[in-house]
Amino acid sequence: MRNDQNVSTRIVTPPLLTVSPSPHIKKGITTRGIMIDVVIALLPALVWSIYVFGFRSLSVVLVSVASCVIFEALFELIIRKPITVFDFSAVVSGVLLGFNMPVTVPLWIPIVGGAFAMIIVKGIFGGIGKNIVNPILAARVFLFSWTDIINNFTAPMSKISALSFSVDSADIVASATPLSSMKEGMLPDISLVDMVIGTKSGCIGEISGLLIAVGGIYLLARKVITWHIPVAYIGTVMLVTFLFPMAGDDAVQFMLYQTFSGGLILGAIFMATDYVTSPITETGKLIFGVGCGLLTVFIRYFGGYPEGVSFAILIMNLLVGYIDKFTKPKRFGGVTKDAK
Amino acid sequence: MNGKKILSQFKKGLLTRNPVFVQLLGMCSALAVTTTVVNALGMGLSVTAVLICSNVIISLLRNIIPRQIRIASYIVIISGFVTVVEMLLEAFAPTISKSLGLFIPLIVVNCIILARAEAYASKHEVLPSAIDGLTMGVGYTVALVVLAFVRELFGSGTVLGFTVFGDWYKPASMLISPAGAFITLGCIIAVVQKFLMKKEDRDFKKEGSEGKLNG
Repeated sequence: MRNDQNVSTRIVTPPLLTVSPSPHIKKGITTRGIMIDVVIALLPALVWSIYVFGFRSLSVVLVSVASCVIFEALFELIIRKPITVFDFSAVVSGVLLGFNMPVTVPLWIPIVGGAFAMIIVKGIFGGIGKNIVNPILAARVFLFSWTDIINNFTAPMSKISALSFSVDSADIVASATPLSSMKEGMLPDISLVDMVIGTKSGCIGEISGLLIAVGGIYLLARKVITWHIPVAYIGTVMLVTFLFPMAGDDAVQFMLYQTFSGGLILGAIFMATDYVTSPITETGKLIFGVGCGLLTVFIRYFGGYPEGVSFAILIMNLLVGYIDKFTKPKRFGGVTKDAK
Repeated sequence: MNGKKILSQFKKGLLTRNPVFVQLLGMCSALAVTTTVVNALGMGLSVTAVLICSNVIISLLRNIIPRQIRIASYIVIISGFVTVVEMLLEAFAPTISKSLGLFIPLIVVNCIILARAEAYASKHEVLPSAIDGLTMGVGYTVALVVLAFVRELFGSGTVLGFTVFGDWYKPASMLISPAGAFITLGCIIAVVQKFLMKKEDRDFKKEGSEGKLNG
């Protein structure tokens, strides 16, 4: 996320008159403060995943965090740039990267993913605030190289040893995710309550829509994110899936299953709202959210993969420059009412 | 044309004016055929052969070809040599010919060859044009092989078809895909630029920006 070092760090009361360019009103917002808020918002979902998948989910997330932090520091050390790992942004990336993997992955997967996210996607483009796409999602897509590993979902409540480097395939209770069932044209055989609370198979952090939403509300209350992107994104998906249901008899039911399956809520609240890769203006954010929503549904309906959230957000990330350009507000006083 | 000048032309073709890494010419073939080192080598050598021959002929005919139809004439000359190369490959290296497929006929419109014809061969003597073709071709080949080496090594775990890593290595198939080609090429260009920029700064201080005009 953005690191505005000049928008500064604490309230300064100068003894004498200071002459400086704007902004003149300063708040105690720091990158580190925002990132710690995001980590706090992610904790409920992490605790839930430990309950559902056992402590292995914690080890995957921790390895992923360590990988992101270490590779970012290493890269900055090698290219002789100031070390920025203490702003906690790499920690947030690490947690989210871990959240995007099934619990059965061998532990080299988060290591490779962290290296790709921090070096190729973030580091080479100039570090924090300069990456053009979301590093975590780009890394997730890169990890599709190993399709069988990254799509190896286990049933909820099947305990897997926490510390083993890779998981014995005998320990995995293979399980279809709700989305892959719906891809085949039928509703998943789990209740809607389980879908919402998150007793289902899927990636570590995406299963509990409810607890992710709790984290999202915390971020809203702390004003870390605004409502525009998540509401526009999830709203679009709900609207389109309600209008064009692909499975089951009840459109409302299908819509709810679609909304709470896959990484939609996690993506809409935590990844699409990344400051660096989302538009600045409110109109822009709404356009961005609607675009993400449409692409997600299109990929889920017509694409090769059952899930489209990562691809949708990545594609919209690339369009942010254009969205910002077209939604640039008019300068106050720059245009009169009856000017053409 | 003394030895020193030839050496500096080689340096230009391989590094400072490398057709792929610096001039960003011939991108589609460079991205598409570099899934294996063998393919890259085959493609690189074919382009080199065509480039030398077409440069020589265009240089010989440079005072005869009317300016208005020069591009059409170049294409005719180039496509003649491409046909020769295509047939030779089909006869003597059928496997490479098969895996390169359409990209051999497409050498006709490869921008490196047209660019060298237009920028160099049409303005210089025969021998320098031949050497220019050779150096640019070698630069292209080296670039393709470097790109293919990285992609094949990490994308399939092999080099020239031989397995390099043991069974423990799970190849990152993303690098073999088109997206992987762009990512790998981007990273290599970044590294090359890092070294060239320093070099260019030095050259600039030493002899001015003269080097930037030809090429």
